[in-house]
Amino acid sequence: MDNPGESRGRVVRLAGHGREPLAFTLDGIAHGALSGDTVLTAVLAVAPALRGGDPREGNRAGFCLMGACQDCWMWQEQGPRLRACSTPIAAGMRLLTRPPGDWP
Amino acid sequence: MTARPQVVVVGAGPAGIRAAEALASAGLVPLVIDEGERAGGQIYRRPPDALSRPPAVLYGSEAGKAVALHATFDRLVAQGRARHWPRCAVLAVAERSLQVLGPEGVSTVRFDRLVLATGATDRLAPVQGWDSPGVYSLGAMQVALKAQAVALGRRIVLAGSGPLLTLVATQLLAAGARLEAVLDTASLADQLRGLPDLMTRPSLTVRGLAMRARLARLYRPGVRLGAIETDARGPVAVTWHDAWGRPRRSPCDAVGLGWHLRAETQLAELAGCAFDFDETWRQWLPRGDAMGRGAEGVYLAGDGFRLRGADGAELSGRLAGAACLEDLGLPVQRTAADLAALSRVSRFAQGIARAFPWPRDMVRQTPDGTVVCRCEGVTAGMVRAAAAHGGADVNRAKSLGRVGMGRCQGRYCQIAGAEIVAAAAGHASPAQAGRLRGQAPVRPAPVAAIAGPAAAVDPLQGDR
Ligand code: FES
Repeated sequence: MDNPGESRGRVVRLAGHGREPLAFTLDGIAHGALSGDTVLTAVLAVAPALRGGDPREGNRAGFCLMGACQDCWMWQEQGPRLRACSTPIAAGMRLLTRPPGDWP
Repeated sequence: MTARPQVVVVGAGPAGIRAAEALASAGLVPLVIDEGERAGGQIYRRPPDALSRPPAVLYGSEAGKAVALHATFDRLVAQGRARHWPRCAVLAVAERSLQVLGPEGVSTVRFDRLVLATGATDRLAPVQGWDSPGVYSLGAMQVALKAQAVALGRRIVLAGSGPLLTLVATQLLAAGARLEAVLDTASLADQLRGLPDLMTRPSLTVRGLAMRARLARLYRPGVRLGAIETDARGPVAVTWHDAWGRPRRSPCDAVGLGWHLRAETQLAELAGCAFDFDETWRQWLPRGDAMGRGAEGVYLAGDGFRLRGADGAELSGRLAGAACLEDLGLPVQRTAADLAALSRVSRFAQGIARAFPWPRDMVRQTPDGTVVCRCEGVTAGMVRAAAAHGGADVNRAKSLGRVGMGRCQGRYCQIAGAEIVAAAAGHASPAQAGRLRGQAPVRPAPVAAIAGPAAAVDPLQGDR
C-alpha cells in the first residue's frame, strides 16, 4: 500500500487486503496488484483511467463492469487487447493505455 | 449417442440455473453457456476465490437464496446432469445453432431448443458529463463492491431511481465507502402511486424503507438532476435541484447512475421473437406466453424477458424449463404454484415501475450539448438533427446520427435516444419511433475470431 502511484488511483480498497501481491506494469512502469483483482481494479487502483490519448474518445475508466459496454478495452505490449473488467490480473502482465504502435 | 434433444441455456443467473435444473429433472443434459467466470449471474455473482467472503456479507438478506442457487448448479454440473461453459459469449443465433466466443475462439453449437436467460443491465439516461471517466452505472458500483471489494471513488454520488439505488447506497455505506448524496429522480408522490402494488410483498417493501432510513439525509427524493461537473480526471461535483426547487451541488470524484433495468434482448431478437413496447417499463420486450414460450423452440426467462427481479427470475426459469419439457412431450412437474407466485411477483414489479419511473421529461429535455451515446460522443442535438432529417424513426436516426452504433451496440443509449427522437416528432410514446433493429455479433468479437473457421462443436460430445 506504500506505492506512491496509488494516490493517483480511482478505486478504494474496502476489504480483502490480505491477499497475495503480484506485479504488473502499466505503460512500462511497475505497479503492484492483489491476486483476485481484475485488470480494471488493478489499474484503477494506481491510475485514473484505463485508456487515453485518443482525442475523440477522451479518457476511459470503464462503465458497466459486467462486459456489456465495452468501455474498458486495454492493450498489452504483446498479445491481444483485453476487456479490463472481466479479465483477472496476472503476474507479469504488461498493460498499455494506448495502442502499442503509438509509443514514442 | 441417443437422440436426446439438445437444449442450450444462455445465462447462468437465477433464471438460467432454475431452467437447467428443471430440464435436468427430466433427464436432459442442458448445456449452460455464460459469460461469467462462475455461475450465479449478476445478482448472485460470486467473487474470485481470493476475495471470497461469507454469504451474509456478500448477499445480505438474500444469502440463503444465493447459497441454494449456487449449490444447485454446482451439484448439477458435478453429477454430469448439466454442462457449463463459463466465460463464453453467444455472438449470434441462426438456423438452430449458436455462434459462441469462448477463451479458445469461436465455435458453433447446435441446439434443438434454446432457453434465453440473458438478464438485464442498468437502464441509463444521459446526464451532462456522464461520458467522463469516473461515471459508472449503479450496477458497476455494486459489482465493484461485491466481486472486488472496492469503491469506485473516494466521494461518491449515486443518482437515478429504482430499487438498486437504495440497495447499492446501503451496501456501499455498510462496507465503509463514503457517499456524498443519493439522488432519486422519483418524487414521493410517484412512490406513493406504486405503494398498492408494492404491498403485494410487504416484507420486501418494509426492507426497502428500512434501507432508506439508514441513508437518512443522504437520500433525496424528487430531485431534478443538472450536470456532472468534470475536469480532465473525472467528476468533481453533481449539480441538482431539490424537491423544493432549490439549487444544490454535491462535490464528488465518482458518480453512479441508473434508472432500474433494461432487458438484454438481442439474442431473443436474433432467435426470432416478436417484440412489444411495454409502456410500464418504457422499453421493447420480447413477446412470450406466461410460461416463457417466445418463438418456435425458444424459451424466455428472467429479467431478459420481464423485469421481475431475482425471485421472478427463479420462477420464470423453472417455468421456461417446464414449457420446454412439455413441448418435447416429456414429463413436467406441476407448474400452477409457480405461475401463481410469479403473478404476485409481477404485480410487485409493476409497483416498482410505477414508484420509480423512467425520467421521461428529463430525457426529453436533454440539452442539445449533452452526450447521449457515450461510445461515439453523439449529442442530443445530433440525435434531434438526425430525427429532423430522417423522420421519427430510430433506425433512420441511427444511420444518420450514429446513435446506437457504438461499442455497446446501443445498450446504454437506445432507450434515451428513442425518447428524444419521439419527443422531437411530437410523439407521446417511443413506441411510435420504432424499435432499433439488432444485429450480430451481439458482443464485439475479434475480427480473426469471426473470420476464422468455426469449429462445429457438439454440446454432448465436445468437452472443455
Ligand atoms: S466496463 Fe463495461 S465492458 Fe468492461
